[in-house]
Amino acid sequence: MRTTRKALAAAIAASLLLASCSGAGEPSGGGGAAAGDAAPGVTDDRVVIGTHQPLTGPAAPGYSRISVAAKAMYDYLNDAGGINGRKIDYRVEDDGYNPTRTVEVVKQLVLQDQVFAIVGGLGTPTHSKVVDYLNSEGVPDLLVSSGALAWDDPAKSPMTFGFQVDYAREGKIQGKYIAEHLAGKKVGLLFQNDDIGRDAQQGLDRYVKDSVVSRQGYDPANTDVLPQLSALKDSGAQVVVCSCVPAFTALAILTAAKLGFHPQFVVSSIGADPVTLTGLLADFAKRGGAEVSPAALLNGLIGTGYLPDVGQTDDPWIALFKKVHDKYIPDEPLTNTVAFGMAQAYTFAQALKLAGRDLTRGKLVDAMASGKIKGPGLTPFGFSKESHSGYTGAYVFKINPDTSTTVIQPPAVTDREGGDITPAPTERVTPQDIGLG
Amino acid sequence: MDKWWTLTVGGIAGGAVYAALGLSLVIIFRATRVVNFAQPALALLSTYLAFTVNQATGTYWLGFAVAILAGGVLGAVSDRLLIRPAREHGELGSVIVTLGLLLVCQAVAGMLWTSEPRSFGYAFDFRGLFSPAGVFAVLAVLATAGGVLALFKFTALGLRMRAAAFAPEAASLVGVRVGLMVTAGSALAAAVGALAGLLAVPPLLYPTVLDGVFVYALTAAVVGGLDNPAGTVVAGFTVGIGLSYVSGYFGPELVTLASLAILVAVLTVRPHGLFGRGLARRV
Amino acid sequence: MSLLTRHALLGLLALAGIVVLTSVVDPYTDVQIATVGYYLVAVAGLTLLTGTNGQISLGHGAFMFIGAYTVALLVIHVPTFPFWADLLLAAAAAGLAGALTGAAAARLHGPYLAGATLALAVGLPAITQRFPDALGGSNGLAFTVQSLPTGLAGTVPQTRWQAWVVWTTALLLLVLLANVVRGRFGRILRAVRDDEVSAALAGIHIGRTKILAFLLSALCGGLAGGLQAFLLGTAAPGSFTLALSLSLLAAMVLGGVGSLWGALWGALALVFVPQWADDLTKALDLGTDVAQHLPIAVFGAVLIAVVLAFPQGIHGGINRSLARLFRKKETHENNP
Repeated sequence: MRTTRKALAAAIAASLLLASCSGAGEPSGGGGAAAGDAAPGVTDDRVVIGTHQPLTGPAAPGYSRISVAAKAMYDYLNDAGGINGRKIDYRVEDDGYNPTRTVEVVKQLVLQDQVFAIVGGLGTPTHSKVVDYLNSEGVPDLLVSSGALAWDDPAKSPMTFGFQVDYAREGKIQGKYIAEHLAGKKVGLLFQNDDIGRDAQQGLDRYVKDSVVSRQGYDPANTDVLPQLSALKDSGAQVVVCSCVPAFTALAILTAAKLGFHPQFVVSSIGADPVTLTGLLADFAKRGGAEVSPAALLNGLIGTGYLPDVGQTDDPWIALFKKVHDKYIPDEPLTNTVAFGMAQAYTFAQALKLAGRDLTRGKLVDAMASGKIKGPGLTPFGFSKESHSGYTGAYVFKINPDTSTTVIQPPAVTDREGGDITPAPTERVTPQDIGLG
Repeated sequence: MDKWWTLTVGGIAGGAVYAALGLSLVIIFRATRVVNFAQPALALLSTYLAFTVNQATGTYWLGFAVAILAGGVLGAVSDRLLIRPAREHGELGSVIVTLGLLLVCQAVAGMLWTSEPRSFGYAFDFRGLFSPAGVFAVLAVLATAGGVLALFKFTALGLRMRAAAFAPEAASLVGVRVGLMVTAGSALAAAVGALAGLLAVPPLLYPTVLDGVFVYALTAAVVGGLDNPAGTVVAGFTVGIGLSYVSGYFGPELVTLASLAILVAVLTVRPHGLFGRGLARRV
Repeated sequence: MSLLTRHALLGLLALAGIVVLTSVVDPYTDVQIATVGYYLVAVAGLTLLTGTNGQISLGHGAFMFIGAYTVALLVIHVPTFPFWADLLLAAAAAGLAGALTGAAAARLHGPYLAGATLALAVGLPAITQRFPDALGGSNGLAFTVQSLPTGLAGTVPQTRWQAWVVWTTALLLLVLLANVVRGRFGRILRAVRDDEVSAALAGIHIGRTKILAFLLSALCGGLAGGLQAFLLGTAAPGSFTLALSLSLLAAMVLGGVGSLWGALWGALALVFVPQWADDLTKALDLGTDVAQHLPIAVFGAVLIAVVLAFPQGIHGGINRSLARLFRKKETHENNP
């Protein structure tokens, strides 16, 4: 008995010592694998890509349609012959917005499904947990669906590229607009208490820091925003900047109406889609009166955006999205969320085409950084060797009494630091120029 | 002072919802001795039915009635099909079965109505601190609680239901149909749950919308005493107001921690809740 | 042969099996095997508390949360600590929290204990929001754990090594738990579960026993959380939801309450049932909304079906079929 116990203890000690050579948090000697000429997931007629999305659980509301739209766009491109003769095989895994699941499903996609690239992984808390892994494995990690600043770090994360305009740039553009056009008004901030709020404030504070009278965070798990809105009302805020997802934009608008508080709302692109908001606000006028109809509640709301609005039917990109929508997902409401998913899919397809028929992961990343990616957006991408930033700016729009939108400040671009805000180049490419299908 | 008023009134409105769902948990616990995790899921399905009726007919009150009715039917059916057989497998077995039912119901809601949030209106105008919608919610919950208490205390049906719950053998000896009474209790519980759903959901309806409400409702039921309807209603309003103060004065991120603190504080002093009686000692 | 020797030999045999198994499967299966390992630790801890001592916990995710954040903070702030020291400290931190919880829970029974532990699972992760600078707010922390000995780099893939580490830890713990359950302390735990009054009359300190059970159980939870952080390099509040706590409970019941073998079946089910449901869904080519939600529905239905059809869990079912096969009397050691 005693000897076995000793032997056991010795065995444990030995195995522990074996592994104790270095500290758990010390950097390892070997660097990340380079993308090189590996091309898993690529065959003669097919390329497999993957993504992680919240399809169920608390974050699914609002996001579960993005991959549906992306799938429709890939179907459309595949039916038109694919990209460089290859069909895109798009694998969507549900992570429920749970970072643990994200790591698991991404490992499944990389190790089991052998995807060529991860495209449009959604969410900051989720995707930030797989960036290191994807980069050390040399898997292209393209067009992340989040406006966090972390995706733009080519030195540390050469495989990772953003997509959305980041929250800090957008905050700067909102701040400058407020400083110029709503000068002298007291500003209140309502923001999601994560990187969305933190980065947005960083941008806003460059222009309106002195006018801010109240800063209120909301927790996405708690839909009661009465305390925040009543604090904003009490502070005398005349402008409320809402760095919110659509559900919380709607909650903020309704709660303000409840309190008889009528500030000028300025809403970030992630939460300012008029079609989505109209849907969320649809059911209150019947018993609450015409003043709480969606049109009345949204009238005059100022938002920022970087993609064309689905209401702009004369835009060539919206025409394409509508065509794909009507053919592949006619039962879905055509919202800006659908446009987001399609724009993202088209942008990836464009990079794939640029990478050429003789496909490798290295060539795909080079194509992304080539500066030749031009997308559906109204502002240019920041993609280059030095920057992996997605859209670099935004336009400002106002919602009209009939819930259509009017652009009130043309697209402008800026950096995420202290640089100037300058008008964006006016020339845009059309789907016909790129000619994928 | 303004802020205090807003937080108090907002807390009362939130508390009404916790009280209603908590009451529903207490009714079913009294009837079956099971803490039914599926209670919010039945309420969810009922509310989605109200949404569909509402969309199809444009009549809020028809949807309201359908939801309450559907709640009752779902409660009775789930009792007969699942909870009754599960009770034979002890406390843990019934917890897991109701948990399984919760998952299935949420998934079904997602399949039929998608994960996307739907606009779901209030019964009346929601504007103003003392809005008609808020007043209606509080009155509806108080009236329901009063009705449930009166039912248990003063009617023969209520007496039979209590007898079936507390002394099933003795009750069946004197001719009470115990099984029927338990099913009636489950139906009543789910109907009250449906009311809670209808009041809790606005403005937005999505499959996980009642998760948070359930946690606070369970807090209220545990704090109030799981077998005490009146205590639970009082605790529901208290928890609602308390959490509203925490959110307004200390920060919204502290709300769940505060509910934990309330629970620990109360249970340390009163292991069976503020107004609860000790359960029969297990032998 | 003493009990410890027998358990230790069994453990070594199992470890050898894992080493062979991980060497023949693909890297993703290695990840899944490692995942089973840390779930096994958590479920084994829970089954000690609930099966052997009769206390229900709906909040074991909270102890995993503590374990994961302990490892995360140590890896980030004390990089020189070897990973096994991080794991030990994770277990210790969660054990401490478990003792505190146990002290508060010792007087609670049934649904009141369930309610209190449920609030713990929901409430505790919110602490990350209060200290966003130290704990990363809702984004949590991301890090990389270096553990592969330099001698093995290049010959053993990272995923396989991680599976080895997780399973070595898990098997060590299981050997320990198996001895606890079979030994004197196990008898005390069961005595308290079966009848507190008689146990007290027999001179057992009820409160202290319950607290110790909670401590041991939470220690397992913390170790599981630490192993998860070690394996995945993440610690974020979104991972430690009520759903996690409830699925640990479900795994325990699925496998068979009170049995360490049951914990294994439960952990396997937790990893592979959703996977099968997912594969099934993809093979069926359903509409988007049905496909998105079917895996959860299947998991829920499996929970209901197992409790109603196999109330003794998978382990009980296996035992019964074996007993029928060999016409032996069913063993009773595992039945609560």
